[in-house]
Amino acid sequence: MSLFGIGAALVFVSAAGASPPPKSPAEKGMVLLPAGTYPSFYKVKPKSPAGGAVDKTVEPVAVAAFWLDSRPVTNREFRDFVRSVPEWRKSKIKPLFTDGHYLERWRSDLDFAPTGRPDGPVVQVSWYAAEAYCEWKGKSLPTVDQWEYAANDDGRNAEERKRFILEWYGKPNPKTLPAVGRTPKNGFGIYDLQGLVWEWTEDFNGFVQGDESREKGAVDGKFFCGGGSVNAADATDYAAFMRFSFRNSLKGNYAVANLGFRCAKEVVHGP
Amino acid sequence: MGTRRAKVGVATVIFLSWLGVGYGATSDENIREKVEGQETAILADAPSVPPPLGRRNATKVIVHLEVKEVEGKLSDGVRYTFWTFGGKVPGKFIRIREGDLVEFHLDNHPSSKMPHNIDLHAVTGPGGGAASSFTAPGHSSVFSFKALNPGLYVYHCATAPVAMHVANGMYGLILVEPKGGLPKVDHEFYVMQGDFYTKGKNGEKGLQPFSMEKAIDERPDYVVFNGSTGSLLDDGALQVKAGDTVRLFVGNGGPNMTSSFHVIGEIFDRVWPEGNTSTVTENVATTMIPAGSAAIIDFKVNVPGTYVLVDHSLTRAFNKGALGTMKASGEENKLIYSGKISDEVFLPEGTKIRVAEQAEKKGAVAKTKAERIAMGRAVYATNCAACHQSGGQGIPHAFPPLANSDFLNADKIRAIKVVTGGLQGKVTVNGQDYNGAMPAWSLSDEDIANVLTYVYSSWGNSGKDVLPQEVKANRVKPGAHAAE
Repeated sequence: MSLFGIGAALVFVSAAGASPPPKSPAEKGMVLLPAGTYPSFYKVKPKSPAGGAVDKTVEPVAVAAFWLDSRPVTNREFRDFVRSVPEWRKSKIKPLFTDGHYLERWRSDLDFAPTGRPDGPVVQVSWYAAEAYCEWKGKSLPTVDQWEYAANDDGRNAEERKRFILEWYGKPNPKTLPAVGRTPKNGFGIYDLQGLVWEWTEDFNGFVQGDESREKGAVDGKFFCGGGSVNAADATDYAAFMRFSFRNSLKGNYAVANLGFRCAKEVVHGP
Repeated sequence: MGTRRAKVGVATVIFLSWLGVGYGATSDENIREKVEGQETAILADAPSVPPPLGRRNATKVIVHLEVKEVEGKLSDGVRYTFWTFGGKVPGKFIRIREGDLVEFHLDNHPSSKMPHNIDLHAVTGPGGGAASSFTAPGHSSVFSFKALNPGLYVYHCATAPVAMHVANGMYGLILVEPKGGLPKVDHEFYVMQGDFYTKGKNGEKGLQPFSMEKAIDERPDYVVFNGSTGSLLDDGALQVKAGDTVRLFVGNGGPNMTSSFHVIGEIFDRVWPEGNTSTVTENVATTMIPAGSAAIIDFKVNVPGTYVLVDHSLTRAFNKGALGTMKASGEENKLIYSGKISDEVFLPEGTKIRVAEQAEKKGAVAKTKAERIAMGRAVYATNCAACHQSGGQGIPHAFPPLANSDFLNADKIRAIKVVTGGLQGKVTVNGQDYNGAMPAWSLSDEDIANVLTYVYSSWGNSGKDVLPQEVKANRVKPGAHAAE
């Protein structure tokens, strides 16, 4: 996926217009997460003024306060979106934004039956469509850091969570996904970060890169064999390996049967 | 003298030409070898192997391998979500020839939860194809490679965490035939060992999730051939005839255990260790197969009977499932193997008195049923528990249970005959077929009465009494009693 593709998507999305007036996120199923940190999945080299050999360490990753949807976006919500913005209906989507599986199991443009239930998570949406939905809501996809920070839950119940995730991996996907909001709520008040579907993130493939781009660039594409584990903070954290390797397997136009999303929103500081 | 030497010479030439494997070409020759034509590879599920290629030229071979995550049987009553190359564990057997140009398509089924890829040890290049084949659910990757080195190679998924993908069953074998192929045999079979780590302990029923902790500690609950404890037992036994030549392509997917591969009752005439095709070793009983490696094993089955495939690290075989069978039909050859000729009591002291009589004269005699049970427990522990287990539960597919056993409770007299005469052939116990052999026991009437009374009084059995005079009246000679 080229940067040109993303640029095109963003232009397209903003041209789509017709956004409802922005609301206060507190009203609409979002949770405010306080600023905090989570331990990085990869060991990083601390910045050393002296240069020379330094051991890589697990560094806390700082995340600013942000709003996050408490649940993944449902089929019903996504149908409302495509009803308002016909460009994102399965019959209308631009070939650039789909791999051919976009909303594949929906019976028609506005009907998610027979496999989808209204309150079930929407899946088989490409990154472009997910991002367009969030923009339409006046939001954006969470970054990997925001998502991992929310999922880390300030380190609460870490061992139980890993086990829960591994058990989820061990079960085949059900034909009809259950309703959102049924897995245990985490300490931040958020549901379904584990145990329901995979979720898109803004920078899932590391191709929207921030300050750490060189470090990220070094690990991209190395989720094979040893490459993925040598630098891992915790080689026993199989659940995290799976998330990172899943994200790494994706391209922006992929629509996958157990991949959904939720939206985030920056905290706007008043004057 | 001259004639004899000439004969030996001819025999040697014939022998060497029959052995004629393992030359193959160098990597450079294989890089240069011209690729002519195109074909789609025939793939096979274990224990089958695709037919020998018999091609004189290198060609372009198209391989389609589909990754599927499927729930299946790991052991009786135990389910597991396997991640597979082609729908089963182990993955499809791929057969190509050195010099071939392989166009490899890895398809990841849309219902998969995970991305997957493939690292073929037959590939020369970084990652063995892994980076080029990394594939999200619902997608397909294509890459190509030229087969530079002949041999039998493992392939496996190499997506992080690699050990978990492999522990879930993502491995198989690819044979790169040397030029001229392998020597002709009557049967070729595909057997692959793997270790499994489940949340519940061995035998715990239901759908068992993967246990990361046990995998990291290398404490498998199951070590199996071909993806399930029973895959090569009963109807799954490999079928051959006495006099046939047999080749086993044996792989070890691991992820962790090294196999001490052995076939009980056979000597491997030829082994090409570690899947190489240039150095053959002869007359091997047990060959070591590291995780991520394979061996080519040839032998002639000389006499009929059941041969048991095991990992000779034996608790894996008898407690964790690494047990398979090969059944050879045909006429017995008493010269090669006599079977049991006689069963006589061995008395180190040189006395001629039968053990049974001695026991009757000198041994303690139970006066009450309680004493009979107590003394029987000791007899059981010494003679029976090794196979039937201390709780009488037996070992699935190998040794029938005595606990709550319909076979046992149906007929007390038959039980006496089985203990005194042994038992060979098929029996059905609590709905499961067993096809093994129990030896005749040279125990006294008193001991047999005690042990049978103990067994009948334990583990939900019918509580029948067995008395020494009943044993005496119903005793049979060793081998005289067979399964009906």
